[in-house]
Amino acid sequence: MSDNAAVAKNNIKPSVQKKQRQRKEALAAYAFLAPSILIFAVFTFFPAIFSIIASFFRWNLPFDPVFTGLNNYGYLFADNIGKVEFGKSVLNTLYFMLGIPINICISLWIAVMLNRRLPGVGFFRTAFFLPTLTSMAAISVVWMWLYHPADYGLFNTLLIRFGLPIQAWLRDPLLAMPCLIVMGVWRGMGYNIVIFLAGLQSIPHDLYEAAEIDGANWLGQFRQITLPLLSPTTFYILIIGVINSLKAFTEIDVMTQGGPLGATTTLAYYLYQYAFQYFQIGLASAVAVVLFVFILVLTMIQFKVVEKRVHYG
Amino acid sequence: MDNKSIPEAKFQNFFKSKRFRSAAGKWLWYIVLSITALIVVMPFIWMITTSLKGPDEVFAYPPQWLPQAWRFQNYVDAFQAAPFARYFYNSAVVAICVTIGQLISCSLAAFAFARMEFKGKGFLFSLFLSTTMISTQVTLVPSYLIIQKLHWIDTYQGLIVPFIANAFGIFMLRQAFMTIPDELEEASKLDGCSRLRFLWQICLPLIKPTLAAQALFAFMGNWNAYLWPLIITNRQEMRTLQIGLRYFVSQEGGTQWGVYMAAAIIVILPVVLIYFTVQKSFVEGIATTGMKG
Repeated sequence: MSDNAAVAKNNIKPSVQKKQRQRKEALAAYAFLAPSILIFAVFTFFPAIFSIIASFFRWNLPFDPVFTGLNNYGYLFADNIGKVEFGKSVLNTLYFMLGIPINICISLWIAVMLNRRLPGVGFFRTAFFLPTLTSMAAISVVWMWLYHPADYGLFNTLLIRFGLPIQAWLRDPLLAMPCLIVMGVWRGMGYNIVIFLAGLQSIPHDLYEAAEIDGANWLGQFRQITLPLLSPTTFYILIIGVINSLKAFTEIDVMTQGGPLGATTTLAYYLYQYAFQYFQIGLASAVAVVLFVFILVLTMIQFKVVEKRVHYG
Repeated sequence: MDNKSIPEAKFQNFFKSKRFRSAAGKWLWYIVLSITALIVVMPFIWMITTSLKGPDEVFAYPPQWLPQAWRFQNYVDAFQAAPFARYFYNSAVVAICVTIGQLISCSLAAFAFARMEFKGKGFLFSLFLSTTMISTQVTLVPSYLIIQKLHWIDTYQGLIVPFIANAFGIFMLRQAFMTIPDELEEASKLDGCSRLRFLWQICLPLIKPTLAAQALFAFMGNWNAYLWPLIITNRQEMRTLQIGLRYFVSQEGGTQWGVYMAAAIIVILPVVLIYFTVQKSFVEGIATTGMKG
């Protein structure tokens, strides 16, 4: 009997100690997490919830907010004379996303070329990566100079050399968006190439050797081996591209300020204008919520589509 | 590369021979890549040569690739026309402070997720990761209002504090911490080493490459940051380089292109220099983490 009690006592003591130790560890862990939790709470989660609530209010600074239900959302889908319409900014954003497939094709092509062990390959990799490193604001200024509408602008000089009429580029409502797309492809390429190269290098080399024995030519190898095995990488680049397009702001603010005639007002720029130029906080919040939902829905659609087609080798 | 267009069998055999194909392929590879690389680098070349041109040469038609007289005065003018030295200082302070702050907060959080047991670990981790889905635009207006309430407009705190926490960084460092063997922790515990000391003296030195990559991403991302500094700074002396450049170009009315290009180079150069010194680990960092600076 006394033996049993002693055993029981010995069993309880360590478990109490263990519990205490666990509690101590948990407290330490929370302390370690505290700085991050605090900042995420104040600058991410609270603002996200705040945006949703504010989107139900008419809140034009410096006046106080007034609850208006879904009016802001209704306003977004109605015509707003004198300002860029919401629908147009959505279309502009989709137009801007045209750069993603172009970028993927060019990056993949260059990555395949760079995926060889030849002297000088490092030099080329650096050259292609350089645009990605540079600050978007600075490079936007450089491209404004390339797109200069006078005859001494570099692109206009090229046009003249080929006997074509000079263009206003960024000041032409029809050309402004393509101009931004071209610059975006140029700048985004380097990042995609690095990711594609990593993907290419993970493809086992004996697959190509086997294909060569089977008599598959270069194109066949590319279509039967490279493309399918690279599809997770491509999918990843696609998602990043879409999200970056939805966020695109710097180049628009520096180069066109959403113009001319609203031709380059994307969703992100539209939101900025309503918040920080018209001070319509409620409406801007509604745009923010729509933007958030877009990002969520697009990601899900892509997951669904790609789930069926992506090869997870 | 296309051999079928040559009719004669003799030629065909020659062109099909392995030696010719590999040599021709190599040359073609070099030529195509060189042309592509030249096109990609062209805006940089144009930026550099324009930055050395005087006003007459900038507006000359047809434009010349190389300036007749190298005019370094443009760089001096850029520093004098706008307080670029001040902008430079601001950008450096912000980028360095965010980098250090991120390394500290991310290391602590990542260590907790990787090597400690506590209630709600899974939930908190997915909550942290979910912040990557919430884009800056969504939180922009409320964050601005919070900064305003804190009277942090036009302050370094306003530019730095919101970026101290970073889910990508936590994720990356957590992966690195998880590779450290448990035996090491047991041994350090037996030696009476506290958890914080174990993290600081044993774990951090072991994951130096990951820390370096994280530091680079943080520095570059914040050096190049645009939207947040744009809305959070009003006074000229608090602007960062990116914002300073934007106002410099828009307020001057777009005439002094030589000076603008010089200013753009000043903005770009630090990151490019850092890249060239740590190139290898940087590209590896992107390739292994898929993270964007």
